[in-house]
Amino acid sequence: MAEFPLNLIDALGSIGAFFIYGLIGFAFGWILESAGFGNSCKLAAQFYFKELTVLKVMFTAIITAMTLIFAASALGLLDINLIWVPPTYVWPGVFGGLLMGVGFIVGGFCPGTSLVAAATLKIDGLFFVLGALFGILVFGETVGIYEPFFHSSFLGRLTLDESLGVDTGILVVVVVAAALLIFYGAEWVEQRVGGIERQQAPRWRYGAAALLLAMAAGVAVIGQPDNERRWATLETLEEARLNAREVQVDPLEVLSLMHDSALRITILDLRDEYAYNRFHLRDAQRIADADLDTLAETLIAQPANTVTILTGAHGDDANEVWRYLRAESVPNLYILDGGVDAWLARFHSEALPAVHPDHALGSRHPAADPNPRLFEGDFEPKVKLQVKRAPTSGGCA
Amino acid sequence: MASDYPVQPRRGRPYWNPYLSGLLLGVLLFLAFFITGSGLGASGGMNRLLVWLQDLLMPEHVDQVPYLLKMAGGSLNPLKNWIVYLTIGTLIGGLASGLRAGRVYVETNKGPAISNGLRWCLAFVGGALMGYGARLARGCTSGQALSGGAVLSTGSWLFMIAVFAGAYLFAYSLRRSWN
Repeated sequence: MAEFPLNLIDALGSIGAFFIYGLIGFAFGWILESAGFGNSCKLAAQFYFKELTVLKVMFTAIITAMTLIFAASALGLLDINLIWVPPTYVWPGVFGGLLMGVGFIVGGFCPGTSLVAAATLKIDGLFFVLGALFGILVFGETVGIYEPFFHSSFLGRLTLDESLGVDTGILVVVVVAAALLIFYGAEWVEQRVGGIERQQAPRWRYGAAALLLAMAAGVAVIGQPDNERRWATLETLEEARLNAREVQVDPLEVLSLMHDSALRITILDLRDEYAYNRFHLRDAQRIADADLDTLAETLIAQPANTVTILTGAHGDDANEVWRYLRAESVPNLYILDGGVDAWLARFHSEALPAVHPDHALGSRHPAADPNPRLFEGDFEPKVKLQVKRAPTSGGCA
Repeated sequence: MASDYPVQPRRGRPYWNPYLSGLLLGVLLFLAFFITGSGLGASGGMNRLLVWLQDLLMPEHVDQVPYLLKMAGGSLNPLKNWIVYLTIGTLIGGLASGLRAGRVYVETNKGPAISNGLRWCLAFVGGALMGYGARLARGCTSGQALSGGAVLSTGSWLFMIAVFAGAYLFAYSLRRSWN
């Protein structure tokens, strides 16, 4: 799939990566200060309709970034599955947002803007930063009291197009168009309340608006890559790995991975319910009926040391699911070589009870979790832990 | 790119036009996502710097509070996270821009009707509400509203509506401190 986002720490080492983040922060601070966001009066004026700079800067930034992100994804340059989307926790988000709104009008800043205010020696900004640190401190000490609420109404990685059931590209066009209408209304309000003449606004804004709208329309026309298109960009490379049996892992290696405490191993069983109930590997989850897109999202969000093993009945029956999940950028994805049949052939013995058609033993069967010390042998190690590209936290973790 | 907006710096060059700031901020936000996979943020960096300080002063306490434990428990270093460097960069960038435009000087921005002392108190209280709310909402205006908004996160858009609602709801009660 796409080359971007990069794994900065892998590419540059942590010092190099942190330097890049520092540069991004530098530009962020420069822009915030230049916009006047170090001045609390500028920010507060938004809420008395005198000048709507906060609204204009924020929504211009959002629609610009959004259009570019989805355009880069449509063109196959950026892998949208590896981008950090803040997970949705409805009520903690809404309640925290309300609290922040009140804090905004009382204190005159938000955390980011107060940093540049303090950096440019605004005393009120300095007091705000101290207050924010105090608020964060109190939060850390008190969240334990209402932990269940903090984790409530969790909807995971959820985007507006999914919530509303509309095509991503269409939504991008609608959001850009809505923002442009809001800017038109904002300029009207500013003229009425703040006495800011519309003529003084730069003419280039019309050109910029037209360009954004055209780009958004392009995003809608091209569409976001679906699984088929994602696979097409990978096919030569990944199909070769599959054919060279680089991803088919020997049962003995899977057993050793299950007992490797440095790894988290996720075993996904593709067989039907009957076969699964009769016998499955320890901790295997049955995914025959699962939605593969949701499954991919879950797997991408796992910690970096996660290895996922697909198990079919005889091995090659897992190929199709492997292709699908690889196309969705699931990292460290392997197949149990020979499937459950090969597993049983390796670890089942005369001394153990037979896997019986009428006995739903599941993972209680002794062969589901064999003792690794009793089974020694040579295998060609296949699993290479790939350093993760998808960030596991956003700017606020 | 000067503009004739009512709120201007007391001294130094005027602020940028909001559409220009917004466009540049949007391109920066895109680049941040494109290169690193995550957007911008501010409260996360402040949080980690604070936890780092707490860990220096009272490591046993940090090891007992689950929320802090995740960042600084045992030998974990809360500063080993990209957001910290982004936050330090933000401070330096703000200072550099202010120096270049002649806007770095000691002052307190407030409405004419209140004293400096009251403004400072309100800034502290507002900051505390913001800091608390930002942790509860798992993000501030930069990390949630801006970054999450650009990638169309449903929760981020709900959050954004809540922030504006909270501020407009209380704007009338606080009009004397700004006008």
